[in-house]
Order: sequence, then structure tokens, then C-alpha cells
Amino acid sequence: MSNAGKPAKQPAGKKTVSRIQREKRRAFLRSIVAGSATIGLGLAGYAPVLRAKEKRLRPPGALDEREYLASCIKCGQCIQVCPVEAIVLADIWDGFGYGVPHIEARVQACDFACDTPQCVLACPTGSLSHDLDTKEQVRMGLARLSRPDACLARQGKGFKGIAREKGLHRYIKVDRWNPIKIADHPYDIELCDLCVRECPIKDAISLQPMSDDPADKRRTPVVHEACVGCGMCEMICPVEPACIVIDARKMWGQS
Amino acid sequence: MKDFFLSLKTMLGAAPHRYEREDYTPEARALHKSHKSNSKERVASIYSELDGKKASFAVRKYRWPSIIIINLLFVVSYHFDVQLVEGALTASRFVGFHMADLNSALQVMLAFKQILINLVIGTATVFLLWWLVGGRAFCAWVCPYHLVSELAEMLHLKLVDKRLIRDHPLHRGVRSVLYVVFIILALVTGYTVFETINPVGIVSRALIYGVSLGLVWVVLLLLVEIFYSRRFWCRYMCPIGITYGFVGSISPLTIHYNLNLCLHEGECRAVCLVPHVLDMTVKNRAHKEFLDIGADCTRCGMCLEACPTGALSFRVKGLDKLL
Repeated sequence: MSNAGKPAKQPAGKKTVSRIQREKRRAFLRSIVAGSATIGLGLAGYAPVLRAKEKRLRPPGALDEREYLASCIKCGQCIQVCPVEAIVLADIWDGFGYGVPHIEARVQACDFACDTPQCVLACPTGSLSHDLDTKEQVRMGLARLSRPDACLARQGKGFKGIAREKGLHRYIKVDRWNPIKIADHPYDIELCDLCVRECPIKDAISLQPMSDDPADKRRTPVVHEACVGCGMCEMICPVEPACIVIDARKMWGQS
Repeated sequence: MKDFFLSLKTMLGAAPHRYEREDYTPEARALHKSHKSNSKERVASIYSELDGKKASFAVRKYRWPSIIIINLLFVVSYHFDVQLVEGALTASRFVGFHMADLNSALQVMLAFKQILINLVIGTATVFLLWWLVGGRAFCAWVCPYHLVSELAEMLHLKLVDKRLIRDHPLHRGVRSVLYVVFIILALVTGYTVFETINPVGIVSRALIYGVSLGLVWVVLLLLVEIFYSRRFWCRYMCPIGITYGFVGSISPLTIHYNLNLCLHEGECRAVCLVPHVLDMTVKNRAHKEFLDIGADCTRCGMCLEACPTGALSFRVKGLDKLL
């Protein structure tokens, strides 16, 4: 009540603004700033999508990249059914692709240990297209001999020991149903043919002679049209870094 | 019907509706009058109640375990291969049945522009579920962000109490604007833009799959909530709240207000995430003797815990008539 006696007049010409009104205006301004910042942050997810230099290797049956990102609900059900745990979710650096599944073939490739792609069956949105019936119909990309000079087969060399320290693979002759560690399955072979030997697709890759000389032991891996780009060859290649890699999303005949 | 639309309007950002005096029921008028005439008694009874009042966890003792258990079910199902709920909060299979978060499913269908049968099934299931248990009950009883946000709020209130900071309220309409903007963005860009910053998905995926860098955004939100604006995300920003709010607007399960028991001390509004839904608890504002709380209510039960007179309670509409 102490203010009651004082003149509460404002200088003439100036509008009086009550405290409540001022607080309302401030709240309104704060809302605009906060709202814009939220929208801006959401849209910032565009940048990684536009700038992406290398395409991600997507799980079997993935739609075209644009449709794939649009339709994925980011639930990770594909991850949960994969017997070799090949599928991982991208982190925030992928922008709109945050939480969307992909495969790091060198770390853990898809070797179709599940026979019918389980991830496709698990996908609730059809991001992994339900049109697939067999693994042979999958087109994730194409294998390419990226470091021919380092390839053991091309040097006529064999391979003895453990191909990779980490990674799972289903060896049908060892256990039909359960994948085992690659480290638990040492090799001793005269001429390295791991990429051909472990390829889950028939006639996708083969070793071919490098010269007409029958005494020439050297062979070169050749990728054929049947290749689905699963990445098994990239994972199993014992040379570090791998001599054979997957070009994600590449189709046969594409340059 | 009028009340229904008014509750939606309030949810979308309008100030709570004030009824004209002549719209008040005679009972409500009489009650307001008696509350006024007994004002000294009223004040005395309020003081006697608030004296020695302890924080109640009557609802929270169920609600917090509910959030923790539901989210843990996802984690356990995956890591121990229980296969009870596979997926994340955005979409999952519950013992084989499709479930889809309504807002995430909406974003996907708008961006993808196709009707996806599994999503329709999942959305319908989830819609039915949250229609039954009260729309935004999703927020208070399932959302993992809600729980950490509640802890942040406690800290915020402590700091405010010590006068170290003050709360900076926003205009509630901003959430409706964001809701529309993110719908348009999904349609126009063809990407699920909101999912990139959706704290529910981020926290859920971090818990289940350990994809964790996006948690930086969640921590940032929590810092804003602790030091700047109380319940910033849930109260003013999150479009998911509106999606489930629409479902809750027609839900049979509500919080019920009884003017007979109310002393208008405002304890409920002080703890409520969305105090505008409790506007009728202000003295002289309830136009009826009994009222159901509006669409925006999360059925969190904080008001029940705070109310010393039991004027607020859970109610299933029509159940009293059935029994």
C-alpha cells in the first residue's frame, strides 16, 4: 500500500505497459526463439544427407535411399532378428538418417545366416522391401577389388591362421543353425580363396587364372553379376585393410 | 460437446475458457457462494491441512515403476532375447502384435506418402490402447524423457525456491505451431524431420541399442528445463503431446474434479505439468459441480497427490452408471 500515495503517472506521450503485458510479450518472444531453434535443429539434419559422400551399405531389401530414409521408423527391429548382428543404427551425425540401420561390412557383414532375410520380415514399414523372397534377389551393392596388388591370391600366396579377430559367420559344415566366431575357425589353405569360399551367393565371385601358363599359381578374384553386395568377402579378407570392398548401392553395369 | 471443443482449444494454446455467470449451474453457484461466505473458515481449514503436509507419492509409486519397467522390457527383450517387446518406442512388436507410436507413424506416412498396412495395424492398436487409458497417459506413464524431465523439474523448483533462478514461461501456442510445421516439413521434404530431434526415440534407442551421441540434445533440453524454463519440452514444445492429447480428448479415463470438496488453495496447479487444464479449480471458475479435466491432461496424478481434500480423482466415464 506504500505506493498508493505516489503519483503513478507516466511521462506524457509514452504508452503505459502493464507488467503482465510485458511478461506476455517476453513469453511470446521466447516462444518464437525456442520454436525456431527447435525447427532449425530438426532441419539441420538435412546437411549430412545432402553432403554424404559415401553411401551407406543398407540391409537387404532396402528401398532407394530417399524412400528408405522416409519410410524407416527407426525402431531397430531388423537389428534384433539378425543372427550375426550385422545391422547397426547410425548416430546423430547422419542427420535425417539418425537411428536408421546400416551395415559396416568390414566389421560384420551380412552372410545370410538367417537364409531368408529376417530383417526384411521384421521391418514394420517395408523400408526393407517385402518383395524379396530369396537372398539371390537382394541388391545391396557390388564387390570390387580395391587393392589388387595386396590380394594374396593374385600373388599366388596361401593363407594360414585366423582370418579376422572379430566377426561372426555361419559355417554350414560346422553348425547349420548357429553362426560362430571367425576367430574360432582357423584356415590352412594353399591359395587364399576366402572371398570365394565364404561367399553365400552361388556364382557371385570366382578365382580366375592370371596368365595362360599352367604353372602360374596366381589367381584373381572376379565379381559376377550374381553378386548381391552383402559384404561377406570384405569382412573375411585377411589382408588389412581389405583388398575387396563393397560399393554400396552400385548396380551391375553402373560405372 | 462445447466442453470437448473448448478443451481442445485450450490444449492448442488458447487461454482456458471463462464461462458467463448465467452458464453456471445453480449447484455450482450455490457452492461458490458458500465457499465465499465461509472464507475465514476456509482459510483456517487450508492452513490446518497444509500444516504438516508431506509430499505424497501415492500415484508416483506406480507411475515411476511403470515408466522404468516398460522401458526396461524393451532392453531386456533385446539383450536376453525374451522377444516380449521387440523394437523401440517408435515401433515394436508386443508378443508379435504390431505397435507403432502414433506421432512417429504419422511422420513416416506423411514423408513416405504411402499407407503402410503394418503401420495402420500398429497405429490402430496403439490408438485403442491410449484411448482406453487416457491419451497423454503415454507421456506420464511410458515416456522415458518424462521421467528424467520430472527429476530436472524437482531441481528447477529447488533453485527457484532459493531464488537462484526464475522460471521463464513461454506461450503454449508454440507447440501447436511446431505440430503443424513438422507435419508440413515431413510432407514437403519427404524426410521424418521431427524424428531427428525426437527425445522419446533418442532416449529409447540409446537405452536399447546404445546409440548415444544424440543424448547431447536431450541433456541440452534438460539443462534448459533446470535453469531456464520449467518443463520446457513437455509443456511448450513436444508435438507428440498434441497427438496423444487428441486421443485423450475422447478417452473414458480422466481426472475428475469435485467442486464440493475443493477449497481452491491451488496446490494442484502448482505441481501440474499443464496447469491450464486445472483452471476450474480457481475460485469461482468451475461452472459445474463435477467436471472432467481436459484433453491436455497427462493423467500423471500429481494433482491427486497434491490435493489435500481429495477433490480430484481418477474416473472412468460411464463406469458409475454401469455399476
